[in-house]
Amino acid sequence: MQPFTRLTSRTVVLPAANIDTDQIIPARFLTTTTREGLGAQLFADWRYEVSGAPRADFALNRPEAAGCQILVTGRNFGCGSSREHAPWALIEHGFRAVISTEIADIFRSNALKNGLLPVIVEEPVSAWLLAHPGSEVSLEIGTRTLTLPSGVTASFPLEAFAQHCLLQGVDELGYLLAHAADIEAFEHRA
Amino acid sequence: MSAAPRTLLEKVWQSHVVVPESASAPAVLYVDLHLIHEVTSPQAFAVLKSRGLTVRRPERTLATMDHSTPTLTAQVFGGAPIAVDSAARQVAQLENNCAEFGIELLALRHAQRGIVHVIGPELGLSQPGQTIVCGDSHTSTHGALGALAFGIGTTEVGHVFATQCLLQRQPRALAINVSGLLSAGVSAKDLILAIIGTIGVDGGTGHVIEYRGPGIRALGMEERMTVCNMSIEAGARAGMIAPDEVTYAYLAGRPRAPQGQAWERALAAWRALPSDPGARFEREVTIDAAAVEPMITYGTNPGMVMPIGGQIPVRPDDAAFARALNYMGLTPGQPLKDQKVNVVFLGSCTNARLSDLREAARLLRGRRIARGLTMLVVPGSQEVKRQAEREGLHRVFLEAGAEWRESGCSMCLGMNGDVVARGAYSVSTSNRNFEGRQGAGARTLLASPLTAAACALTGRVSDPRELL
Repeated sequence: MQPFTRLTSRTVVLPAANIDTDQIIPARFLTTTTREGLGAQLFADWRYEVSGAPRADFALNRPEAAGCQILVTGRNFGCGSSREHAPWALIEHGFRAVISTEIADIFRSNALKNGLLPVIVEEPVSAWLLAHPGSEVSLEIGTRTLTLPSGVTASFPLEAFAQHCLLQGVDELGYLLAHAADIEAFEHRA
Repeated sequence: MSAAPRTLLEKVWQSHVVVPESASAPAVLYVDLHLIHEVTSPQAFAVLKSRGLTVRRPERTLATMDHSTPTLTAQVFGGAPIAVDSAARQVAQLENNCAEFGIELLALRHAQRGIVHVIGPELGLSQPGQTIVCGDSHTSTHGALGALAFGIGTTEVGHVFATQCLLQRQPRALAINVSGLLSAGVSAKDLILAIIGTIGVDGGTGHVIEYRGPGIRALGMEERMTVCNMSIEAGARAGMIAPDEVTYAYLAGRPRAPQGQAWERALAAWRALPSDPGARFEREVTIDAAAVEPMITYGTNPGMVMPIGGQIPVRPDDAAFARALNYMGLTPGQPLKDQKVNVVFLGSCTNARLSDLREAARLLRGRRIARGLTMLVVPGSQEVKRQAEREGLHRVFLEAGAEWRESGCSMCLGMNGDVVARGAYSVSTSNRNFEGRQGAGARTLLASPLTAAACALTGRVSDPRELL
């Protein structure tokens, strides 16, 4: 992974609560054996007509959404299936962060492992962001700070270990492998 | 001086900590049993290959195929090609990966193959006190035996392959106390739907649920699996039920359960697992099972649920609610009873065990399903299929006009050829009524096997208690 220290981008807003991973990437696209190629199917059933043509009224299809790297959503984003294809699809589309008042446990874990930043904010910040699509927002991982266009800042929770992995661009597997001796000792004890 | 009282979760957690958690790092947690399937494993195997790693403990991993596999006998056993090309490639990829890394695979034609969360307990592999993970959110099912079992992503599947461990923070414990007993015609599925309706689809986020109380103790082992299965639909990664005599009777003699002296030793350890009196839970919720009625969902998440005789709520200022009902083709305030149904699906890791099939057969025996309605009966495993056939249940379903298939996830998620048509109403015993879950544009009503059978008979949403 590349080190991830800060991000400044305009936002795309999907205001619905409880956006599940079947919406992010429908199951029929999961008969793949690679991570690549899922970006085109991101939110497929919301993004495309039955004919395959893009729906002009869907937020991701609007011209102003081009290049936006931050997705703002209603609460409980990423609930449902554990499919890591959901963060893979979001990242391939170009997103680097998701902002919500609540993000489902498994999705949050999967997102962090792929360098997609889950940002949990308080209700007033969320309400403002949901009401102002296209706002330029800055996220600073080192200080766990979100900055709104007005200059108002809010802190967001990010566990120290995940923060370290993002800032250094390292993954957890190396850390786990370095504990091989402890694992071996545990196996002998058990 | 006695030790502080501990919850079931704390006991299982603490006995699997390889390296304790600290302010700067999560715990290294040991995994006893790793289950894998064709959909969420290929990219994890690819990481092993690209980094030159091996599977640390292949004997602790079991592979099966269930999600993208066909359920038509001709495609499973008859030599016909798997209709979905990409699914066929995925199945072949799992075969190759398991062969290369020395992992046991219950392949497509294996007699013990089935839905991963059905075969783990069925084989006696899933046991009390274990840590069990799988790249699948319904891994929570195995918690019914008193295990800490939860779904993981594909990156974590790779971690378990390489190290047999995961990095985890200890989750908080949520007690759901179930008082009272379920009434006739009301099932474990109705109970868990009522629980989700009460605490909400994010009510368990950040928590592991322990289901407790007389209403849980009275449930059979398969019913307990139905309850724990849908913990994730309440946002909880895991659900657990303390083991008791029901658990031990279920496990005794299963092919991969401990035998002889090993059984006696295991039993002694399992008896120490239940939460101690006075153990502290982060939160507690109480539900009266006696007040639960047959439940049915009307919206696009499992929290949008009501008693089958009820009316859809009216929420004039809620745009998301309006959008969900628009997708469902339903209106606020309307009753669901007598709503026309096109498809009935009896299957999935939630409700495709022998007791589920027996429940549905109880209503269907000697009757015919409604004209024009399609009913799929998909056993949770090939073993469930054989047992059902020994009892003649397949004849009940076939004579009623239903289809009798090979095991798999089937119509629970539209990725294996079994799909609900756009706009069609499906009463399904599965776990998710998300938009498009059973096929693009499909409209899913989640219910129990008994309710599903009642709806199949009438072709309309029906209360099973009126047909018993």
